[in-house]
Amino acid sequence: MLKIIKFATVSSTKYENLMGKNIKIKKGLDIRLDGEAEKVLVNAEMPDTVAIRPEDFVAIKPKVLVNPGDEVKAGTPLMYDKNNPHVMICAPVSGEIVEVKRGEKRVLEEIRILVDKEISYLPFNAGNADSLSREQLVDLLCKSGAWNFIRQRPYSAVANPEKTPKAIFVSAFDSSPLAPDADFVMQGNEKYFEAGLAALKKLCPAVHLNVHADKVKSPLFLQAKGVEINTFSGPHPSGNVGVQIHHIDPINKGEIVWYTYPQDLVIIGRLLLEGRFDTHRIVAITGSQVKKRRYVRTIQGANLKSILGVDNVEGSDNRFISGNVLTGKKIPADGFLGFYDTQITVIPEGHEPEFFGWLAPGFNKFSNSKTFFTWAMPGKRFRLNTNKHGEERAFVVTGEYEKVFPMDIYPVQLLKAIITNDIEAQENLGIYEVAPEDFALCEFVCTSKIDSQEIVRKGLEALYLEEIESQKEVHH
Amino acid sequence: MKPLRNMMEKLEPHFKEGGKLHKFWPVYDGFATFLYVPGHTTHKGAHIRDGIDLKRTMITVVIAMLPALLFGIYNVGYQHFQAIGQLGTASMGDIITYGLIKVLPLVVVSYAVGLGVEFGFCIIKKHSINEGFLVSGMLIPLTCPPDIPLWMVAVATVFAVVIGKEVFGGTGMNVLNVALTARAFLFFAYPAYMSGDKVWISLGGEKAVDGFSGATALAQFTSQGANITNPVGQPMGFIEGFIGLVPGSIGETSTLAILIGAAILALSGIGSWRIMASVFVGGYFMATLLNLLSSTFPDNPYLTVPAHMHLVFGGFAFGAVFMATDPVTAAQTAVGKVIYGFLIGAFTIIIRVLNPAYPEGMMLSILFMNVAAPLIDYYVVQANIKRRLKRVTVNAA
Repeated sequence: MLKIIKFATVSSTKYENLMGKNIKIKKGLDIRLDGEAEKVLVNAEMPDTVAIRPEDFVAIKPKVLVNPGDEVKAGTPLMYDKNNPHVMICAPVSGEIVEVKRGEKRVLEEIRILVDKEISYLPFNAGNADSLSREQLVDLLCKSGAWNFIRQRPYSAVANPEKTPKAIFVSAFDSSPLAPDADFVMQGNEKYFEAGLAALKKLCPAVHLNVHADKVKSPLFLQAKGVEINTFSGPHPSGNVGVQIHHIDPINKGEIVWYTYPQDLVIIGRLLLEGRFDTHRIVAITGSQVKKRRYVRTIQGANLKSILGVDNVEGSDNRFISGNVLTGKKIPADGFLGFYDTQITVIPEGHEPEFFGWLAPGFNKFSNSKTFFTWAMPGKRFRLNTNKHGEERAFVVTGEYEKVFPMDIYPVQLLKAIITNDIEAQENLGIYEVAPEDFALCEFVCTSKIDSQEIVRKGLEALYLEEIESQKEVHH
Repeated sequence: MKPLRNMMEKLEPHFKEGGKLHKFWPVYDGFATFLYVPGHTTHKGAHIRDGIDLKRTMITVVIAMLPALLFGIYNVGYQHFQAIGQLGTASMGDIITYGLIKVLPLVVVSYAVGLGVEFGFCIIKKHSINEGFLVSGMLIPLTCPPDIPLWMVAVATVFAVVIGKEVFGGTGMNVLNVALTARAFLFFAYPAYMSGDKVWISLGGEKAVDGFSGATALAQFTSQGANITNPVGQPMGFIEGFIGLVPGSIGETSTLAILIGAAILALSGIGSWRIMASVFVGGYFMATLLNLLSSTFPDNPYLTVPAHMHLVFGGFAFGAVFMATDPVTAAQTAVGKVIYGFLIGAFTIIIRVLNPAYPEGMMLSILFMNVAAPLIDYYVVQANIKRRLKRVTVNAA
């Protein structure tokens, strides 16, 4: 179904624009949360500490390469995953390793770096995708740490550089609640994005760049060269790369698709063009509890204080989230920006019991069910807190996950296959096509308050580790 | 509301680990969470959650049943005074009072016994109290005739909750609809109180008027086709059945009241409109089909009953709206729900028309399809799996 459109004015085949698919996502839900960031960009102050946390990676077995007291530069390897040993996880800043924090059973929790006043970068050979062979490119990305921004489905783990995927997907937009605006965060980063995209094409010729019919306006995306541009419309989770893959080139057993995001491509592009691992990124500060909601330019792993600024939060009982309210991680007020995150959300905690809350009209609650009046207030934005609004129960209600799950997959049946550890059923029901984030809306709407992302995460992790084991056996 | 909150907080330690009443924690917890949605916050996954929970879901179903309940109360009184020839002199208050006296005890017994059994199980099994019985407790009296002895309702409720639900693991795990399990128990254990033409109208010890007959519409269909009369001999048709001032189980008679409930369920999304609609379509389809056979088999007058009459008499509408839609025992896939509903409707008519022993078929049809529902889902899910496997072969080709 690929049509190659050649523009009359451009003769070179280099400027081929591949016409992609048009896909309407009907199932899903846009949670109308209060606290969108204003489109103002400021530079965050340089954080005094940054941290890299293994929990941001799927099923990682970290091998730590540094000790407290070591001086590192931006791009110095800190650790690697024993399951994916070619890919270094590198320092995003220069400074001194102040702590290699371990928890129970000596499990690595974080590596903390005291940041230099002025960041110095480990030099890498600059070059563009054209001047490097695929092998050289892979090698550069792996040793600089930039490879971590290329992840794979199934499992949403860091891609294995020894394998070749059938396609690479880039979701140009984030449809999750209060997500950063895709066009806005790319301003000034255009050439890096293009260099990053060119690198992807070198890695795999089939690159899909997925845009949203209403949310994406920038020609940077809409007129990107040499990639297939697919247009999605409809509510969240249309921006989830899993949903996009499912509709464009679904994953069958044994197949691999890689994926990445525009801001990650900027880091890859900067590495190629300037020869340094520079993780500067633009983070949206969102959520009803933030006073000055805006976009800040900061660095990977930066501490929250430097991102939020002084006295920028209302109230004292708040939930700080690195990421969005559906898939983000809860972090302490003095925590750190997650490895892949480009959003901070602060919402109130919901510790207060509610008198006959299940019977009250609940005008302040957001619900996908029609038992609340959300549907009658189409313009209203809701200030939601972390209360679960009920207790966990067995699966009772049917059909509600399906309303927010735009894939030809039976979500409840798949969850039950995971719970009962029935691997054959999981494979049959499409587990390789999903990631925890694809179940986030199911979890949100669930009447029985079942934590389905956790179930999916555990199920996928078990399969991933099993696959790694079986590959090791083949090697020996 | 602060004093209430304080009282609950003061009581809490007694029920906690180490407290004297720790055994009764599920009961305390049940009451506490009934009064207050607990201040539990999210720990894993999505940080915010939808406002809905199982309590709200269940109370919505109960609200949807209220029109049928209220109409049922009125109708019990109405049928009583009509049967004893005092409809002209009885006031609205008399009618409602008689209905209340008959119906309320049934509701109270059903809830008290059912919740009592649930609490007992929760204490033994140490799990929290589930909301499922809020609905079952209302459904059971609505499917009974008005004069059923209270002890029978109690026994049937115990049977349904224990054998129909708790042995499977509680709400969400049962195979058969709990309320219908209770009704089936009564139907087969005490047929004299659940069928025939003596049980549907509460005479209350008074003498019926001359020419009175307590036969329901369905019973009359068996012998005289659609030419039916009400208990005092006036002709009865579609409109009478739709409005529902006719003899029958307490909640089942008024299709109008039931459809109000159906609208609440469908609009709130709590009850599956797919199931409701397909039950009606299935029933209409099968009844129409059987009409075509009526001239071939002239000795079965039930075959001549027009399809639209089937839908408004007996428990058809009640079953379609409140029983077939029970999400735990129905098919779970969207396609499966349509098949499930259609077959319930079709089998109901087959049982009614072709089995002379059962003028009503709704209960048996739903129970049968409860058992078949997982099979339907199995094939629907298999089709999905086949699509996924086919994708691989298409790619390879």
